[in-house]
Amino acid sequence: MTLSLLFDSMIAAFALGAVAAIVLPPGAVMRRVALAAAAAGSAAALLLGASVLRAGATWTGRWENLLQPLGGVSLRLDSLGAFFLVIVGFTGVPASLYAIGYLRNLDGHLRGRATHALFNVFLASMCLVPCADNAGTFLFAWEVMALSSYLLVVSDPEQQDASSAGLWYAVMTHAGFLALLAAFVILGQGGSWEFVALRNAAAALTPAARTLVFLLMAAAFGSKAGLVPLHVWLPRAHPAAPSHVSALMSAAMVNLGIYGLARVVFDLLPPGPPWWGGLLLAAGVVTALTGVLYSVAETHLKRVLAYSTVENVGLVFIGLGFALLMRGYGYGPLASMGLVAALLHTLNHAAFKSLLFLAAGSVVHGTRSASMEAFGGLIKRMPATALLSLVGALALAGLPPLNGFPSEWLTFQLLVAGAQHTAPALAILLPLALAGVALVAGLAAVSGVRLFGITFLALPRSDGARDAHEASAIMIAAMAIPAVTCIALGVAPTLVLPQLSRIVSDLGQPAGPLSAGFALSVPLVGSRLWPGAIALLVVTAGLAAAVAVRLAGRVRQVRVGPAWNCGRIAQSPRSEYTAAAFAEPLKRVFTGFYRPTQEVTVEVHPASRYFVRAIRLRADLAPWMEQILYEPLLRAAQAASDRMRRIHSGSIHFYLALLPGALLVLLIVARWIR
Amino acid sequence: MRDTVVIAAQTLLLAVLAPAVVGYVRFAKARLQGRRGAGVLQPYRELRKTFGKGMVIAESASWIFHVAPFAILGATLAAASLAPVVSAVQPADVLGDLFVLTALLMLGTFFLALGGLDPGTAFGGMGSSREMTVAALTEPTLAIAILTLALTTGSTSLGVIAGSVLKTPAYAVGPGHAMAFTAFLIAMIAETGRLPVDNPSTHLELTMIHEAMILEYSGPYLALIEWAASIRLALLLTLAANLFLPWGLAASLAPSALAAGFVAILVKLGVLGLLLALLETRVAKLRLFRVPELLALSFTLALLAAASSFFTR
Repeated sequence: MTLSLLFDSMIAAFALGAVAAIVLPPGAVMRRVALAAAAAGSAAALLLGASVLRAGATWTGRWENLLQPLGGVSLRLDSLGAFFLVIVGFTGVPASLYAIGYLRNLDGHLRGRATHALFNVFLASMCLVPCADNAGTFLFAWEVMALSSYLLVVSDPEQQDASSAGLWYAVMTHAGFLALLAAFVILGQGGSWEFVALRNAAAALTPAARTLVFLLMAAAFGSKAGLVPLHVWLPRAHPAAPSHVSALMSAAMVNLGIYGLARVVFDLLPPGPPWWGGLLLAAGVVTALTGVLYSVAETHLKRVLAYSTVENVGLVFIGLGFALLMRGYGYGPLASMGLVAALLHTLNHAAFKSLLFLAAGSVVHGTRSASMEAFGGLIKRMPATALLSLVGALALAGLPPLNGFPSEWLTFQLLVAGAQHTAPALAILLPLALAGVALVAGLAAVSGVRLFGITFLALPRSDGARDAHEASAIMIAAMAIPAVTCIALGVAPTLVLPQLSRIVSDLGQPAGPLSAGFALSVPLVGSRLWPGAIALLVVTAGLAAAVAVRLAGRVRQVRVGPAWNCGRIAQSPRSEYTAAAFAEPLKRVFTGFYRPTQEVTVEVHPASRYFVRAIRLRADLAPWMEQILYEPLLRAAQAASDRMRRIHSGSIHFYLALLPGALLVLLIVARWIR
Repeated sequence: MRDTVVIAAQTLLLAVLAPAVVGYVRFAKARLQGRRGAGVLQPYRELRKTFGKGMVIAESASWIFHVAPFAILGATLAAASLAPVVSAVQPADVLGDLFVLTALLMLGTFFLALGGLDPGTAFGGMGSSREMTVAALTEPTLAIAILTLALTTGSTSLGVIAGSVLKTPAYAVGPGHAMAFTAFLIAMIAETGRLPVDNPSTHLELTMIHEAMILEYSGPYLALIEWAASIRLALLLTLAANLFLPWGLAASLAPSALAAGFVAILVKLGVLGLLLALLETRVAKLRLFRVPELLALSFTLALLAAASSFFTR
């Protein structure tokens, strides 16, 4: 009963927020009411998910009259759905609170109404997706989520590239929607679109049809999650949205793609051949590598984070693919380990990515720039944001004692255990995957150093950075929520392991215990990780050294002076390392991947070419994935529409003749389908 | 309680021994180059001297500059606490395995790079960028070397690896271990900033990696960072010695066995240090952009090692 109450109050809060944004007079009150309602709704979602997870119960709800043409609204929240509901609620609360301080400049704008209302709709639809229990409800919530986030992406008129980003997003998400629809149509041939019926229908399908459903679903959910090569919209759309929406898109919406795939592959479809898992695993490795390589080279702050989302989605897919692969081969304990690793990483990524996007919002807000080249030295002007970002950067780098590390460690263990205990057929795939994950981990550390160091350290490189202002108190408080979670999950990941094990065993993969006390333990490889003790060791050793220095070192003789800089007298921000410079060695090492383009223009004095007045360097990376994969498609679409245009002759007689022709074709098709 | 003592004692031993390892390598190198060279204990004197000096902090630096030395030392000591130094009875296995050890070393590198970036000088940024690049490219080799060890010994825990190679010496001469050992050595050279990847005794800023990051540090902070760097070298040499050639490690905590283990690690560090000195006198520093080729070589070796472990299982 309380579960229903929680669900009702969640929906009521979002509805209240959306209505308040539209009817209240535009101003501070409207902003506070609408966004506080969003926060309350998210908190209710968090509570609902958490209580379902803790009680091990399921909650169901059914409204026949709503959405009748789609088979009525049918909801069922089991442990898997509840976990993702928790993630949405958990990222929704700080994002909403943050927006109260962040969107102050929208007061009085008409745009403010739309933004706040859509934000509530977006959150509500994301909360509905993991609750849906029939294809109709699922598709409806999915499409509302896509549309509201699309409108939020294009909502900022000051973003020049928002409309192009929105176009990419709209096209990709609808292509994904079509694939999803097609898959559900194949599954729903029995007539009913309830998930129970789909489960039975899937068992009756031929293997070829099942594979088709799997591929369609993988493409549809993969495109939402940012699986390479369907990721192209993500680094465009996520950064173009306002930062609190970026946080939600990267930390919650992307995960619903993962939810969808997990639901289909581990719940709706019966176990498939191992190569399904191999495909997902390989796609995961490619995705993680592509994401991290671009995130290391990108200089637009929010795009760095968006590419890092691609990377982390890749890591989650490695876990999912591994689980599927092992289930295919019949290694149950390994399969459940893979699922646990994937779910844990999803949670960890949601925590640190929402933190980092919100912090990026503060930086962009405080400096009025989004390019990392224009930052520098912000740690002095924005101390709180800098400290919170350091937590996020360490987690993003996958380093202990933050939460990026335990799930990465589990992924390593997974691949080692897989290589140790399974068929020789995987003798090359799994070591290569392990090497890929290790390279991703290393490059993520580079990305973390670069993200934090180039943004917050050294001297300010622009006027905006020199006069940057700290975020408001409520924004800092909102960022502190995920930051504390990052630390808690990093020091004691075992707190959530029982819940994850329950989800996995609910999916029919009984999990062996992966924890021993406060330590993660993988009996298959005989390895352990006790993150709390590790954190304690690092901190104790560091503090002991600090005490030693204070007692014995000559701390009194500390002079603060100009940097030595190897004897250079003047220190100028023009000579310090920039984001592009920091990534230069990697760009050279991975030239084949980046395909950098360079253009150097030298301006010389008219008197002599030896007097150089200015040298300009323009460096860019060739977007070869787009060029190779999408340009042919675009050209084909262009050609097709050109051909269609020829019908438009302007003659009304011709148009009238087309009408009965079209009717005839439709009748024949309808007859054939019947 | 006993476990805590064992862990603390081995960590302390490694930390205390570390400057001597650096001094020994320098001494051996000097002799090989026909110089007399300073004594093995010279690094201790240098550390004491640096530790007692005053500090100059750049005005452009922030609190990160002050935190970094402690974070580096803390992370390095935590990594060192996982390593079996004299005893194969390794209670630290409950804390973490080899992947944890590499992640802790990376944590140290992370703060070292931040400390290099913080004052905003060109050389500091250059060093950070290069160090992170080399560190990132070394990761796959280390991971595959760990996999190879796990494939033959069945675990990624350091104590278990050392213990099972002790029990079955045939593992150590198998093709997997032999190739993984070479791969690990190359990765170790890159991780510790030795020739041919980085020259620890260079005075030319443009070729620096490690040294460039700590140019702005002085006094006690510099001493801590230098000490952490020497612990890192000693730690990785100890790993090479005790994971791949664990003979001499104490199988129990009896005093005689521990004494034998102590002598064994000294001998092994002596041999490995001599090898390192020999290598450093034979090869010239590689251009920075040739380093990835060297790392690719070690990666290929590691992959071959893993593949051969599959087939000899």
